[in-house]
Amino acid sequence: MAQTATHAQSPQASPAAWEPRIIGFLCYWCSYTGADNAGTARMQYLPNVDIIKVMCSGRIDPELITIAFANGADGVMVLGCHIGDCHYISGNHKTMVRMPLMRRMLADLGIEPARFRHEWVSAAEGEKFSKLVTEMTEQVRALGPLNWPGLMRDRGVGHGMDLKAWGE
Amino acid sequence: MGANGKLKVGMYWASSCGGCDISLLEIGPRILDLIKVADVVFWPCAADFKYQTVAGYPDGYIDACFYNGGVRNSEQEEIARLLRTKSKTLVAYGACAGDGGIPALANLNTIAAIYDASYHSNPSIENPDRVEPQSHLDTPYGELEIPRFYPAVLRLKDVVEVDYEIPGCPPQADRVWETIQAVVGGAVPPRNHALRVGCADKVVCDECLREKKLKKISQFTRGHLFRPERDWCLLEQGILCMGPATRSGCGALCLKADIRCEGCYGPPANAEDQGTAMIGALGTLLDATTEDRAQELVEQIADPTGTFYRFSFSSSMLKVRK
Repeated sequence: MAQTATHAQSPQASPAAWEPRIIGFLCYWCSYTGADNAGTARMQYLPNVDIIKVMCSGRIDPELITIAFANGADGVMVLGCHIGDCHYISGNHKTMVRMPLMRRMLADLGIEPARFRHEWVSAAEGEKFSKLVTEMTEQVRALGPLNWPGLMRDRGVGHGMDLKAWGE
Repeated sequence: MGANGKLKVGMYWASSCGGCDISLLEIGPRILDLIKVADVVFWPCAADFKYQTVAGYPDGYIDACFYNGGVRNSEQEEIARLLRTKSKTLVAYGACAGDGGIPALANLNTIAAIYDASYHSNPSIENPDRVEPQSHLDTPYGELEIPRFYPAVLRLKDVVEVDYEIPGCPPQADRVWETIQAVVGGAVPPRNHALRVGCADKVVCDECLREKKLKKISQFTRGHLFRPERDWCLLEQGILCMGPATRSGCGALCLKADIRCEGCYGPPANAEDQGTAMIGALGTLLDATTEDRAQELVEQIADPTGTFYRFSFSSSMLKVRK
């Protein structure tokens, strides 16, 4: 497994030290094993993805993706078994419908498409996993911080709401 | 309770259409029973009460105050804070006060874009001097202040502590009457932060009488394009009904009139975000076994964000547009 990225600095505190923080939801049977495969083969990839192991990509409630962004993730990655390979036969068929809808909705909210990635990674595709992580990290790094908590604060909603911040 | 033994009730109209005020009258002749046991001490829509009158009430004077509409400007916030102080029980009445409602769809735009549409770019507008509302004006006769427009539509509970919420656009008359009876009879549940009352804990599909044939959706269509078969689930017929992602309590009224559920009762009890709850539900309902087919079906949905969050964007996780 990749070493853990350091996220000590908040994006506002020190823009120069900002590192993209990406949340990765990986299914246990294929994609997580694929990530393990990358680790045991000692492939190099960037340490910016925080992996959350779930039993099936069909188990990923779309709300979890919005929760990740709302709490400051710069990108979200959803990886599951290839269609036809699902351990639960049709779990990823649900992912296959939900993720394109999520992509459309996130685009409506002004979140750049590169910040949300949905791919199929099998247990043998460690190389694909390491390439995906590096590629997505670089794309998100080029876009800069998303900082949704800060955006909500500026508009006076959600986390740390402070109506006085609107210049009373 | 007043010296005459009657309850004191109030109602306020903030950022909403006014339908909530009317929905209170929808209880019909039962309103005569209500005024036997309750005095109205504040209801700007129905009678001429001044803000100063309310400010003069002792704290906790109003037994039950129903606040409808979201908080869109500084006046509405000020009155929300005033009514919180003057009320024993503050109720967020309707979808706008509880979840932002239709006005919250404006959170998909910035103030600049809203002003541009309202004062400049709409075809029917002529505004050569590019005049826009100002919150402050110096005149020879003194300074004028009007309420400031906020950058987002807030829920009542974003501004003050709320005891109960009655969801719905508007809340359905029988539910409102049950709630009033509970208040009058002293049978209100223990005071709780924004506890939802006047609704149930399941989803609209549980109350809907239309038959589910367990057929998957093979094409999305819209209500004005064809006449749906009676007594058959609208979602299975390809109409994007929000039933599976909407809290029950209305009795599936729209469905009885062959109209799809638009989601006005807000997110179901086990979710906070109605839009992602609907995306989750659709995941199991589409007739697609390949990615291309799934993509094709998803593209047929005209406006996912506006449809899924029609009444609840202020309660969504992301709440605003970047």
